[in-house]
Amino acid sequence: MVDAVVFAVSAAIILGGAFGVILSSHPVRAALSLIASFFGVAVLFVLQEAHFLALVQVVVYGGAVVVLFLFVIMLLGVDRSEDLRFEPLAGQRVAAGLVGLMVLALILGGLFLSGPGGDEGAVALSGQPTQNGTLELEPNNPDADDDVDRLADDLFTRNLLAFEATALLLTIATVGAVVLVRNRGAEDLVVDEPGSATH
Amino acid sequence: MEVTETWYLVLSALLFSMGLVGLLVRRNPLIMFMCVELMLNAVNITFVAFAGALDDIAGRTAVFFVLVVAAAEVVVGLSLVVALLRRRPSVSVDDLTALKG
Repeated sequence: MVDAVVFAVSAAIILGGAFGVILSSHPVRAALSLIASFFGVAVLFVLQEAHFLALVQVVVYGGAVVVLFLFVIMLLGVDRSEDLRFEPLAGQRVAAGLVGLMVLALILGGLFLSGPGGDEGAVALSGQPTQNGTLELEPNNPDADDDVDRLADDLFTRNLLAFEATALLLTIATVGAVVLVRNRGAEDLVVDEPGSATH
Repeated sequence: MEVTETWYLVLSALLFSMGLVGLLVRRNPLIMFMCVELMLNAVNITFVAFAGALDDIAGRTAVFFVLVVAAAEVVVGLSLVVALLRRRPSVSVDDLTALKG
């Protein structure tokens, strides 16, 4: 019963935050609504006993990502309200709403109209991978009750290569951000101005 | 009343659809990025729900990777937005037609 109440409250916060992101005319308000939505998702993670992921959700999403958004909003000075009554493309909102409803119907149809999930599917999904290598690993150790232990077991045995690839990805993203935002000197900018490309 | 994984999946479907509608409707690139984050969060809810239902930690590992990739995506995307808006102080993606054929 407590679980249901917690779920209902956090679902309301998540969906309310999502509405805030979509409907608010001010980018800062949208970013704050986004924080509310992320915190609701973190509460749902706690409810499912994924404590580490809840922590990471708050720190990475609620902290780093939203702060980055707010930083960019303030840096560029685009914290102006925009007029949402003006529709740039005629009929776009109706079409977007229809597409959203169709995707929702597609997902819910797949969820409720598909056949009963047999045990075979569940076993195939959660089955242990067959390891033929010389190194005997114990992935997905069911004895470890702790969420962090199990996650670390899985991350550093079965997914070690992917974990290292994410390190490479983050390095590339950092270097890419620096290259994209770096000021290349005034002449590059002048060439791109319309009407001034004379040389 | 017990919270089953179906509840989480329905909530995730709702959140994903709302993020999609926001991505299609809004023309501010920053808010479009926020809507992408909403959709990624919807997928994360699904991953954790299935990880709990099937008692398989792989779903939670997938959430971990989604988090990392989302952080990288935000870094690159926002630096693109900064590079674009610094040159042309417009807040609408409809005006970014430099690559139009």
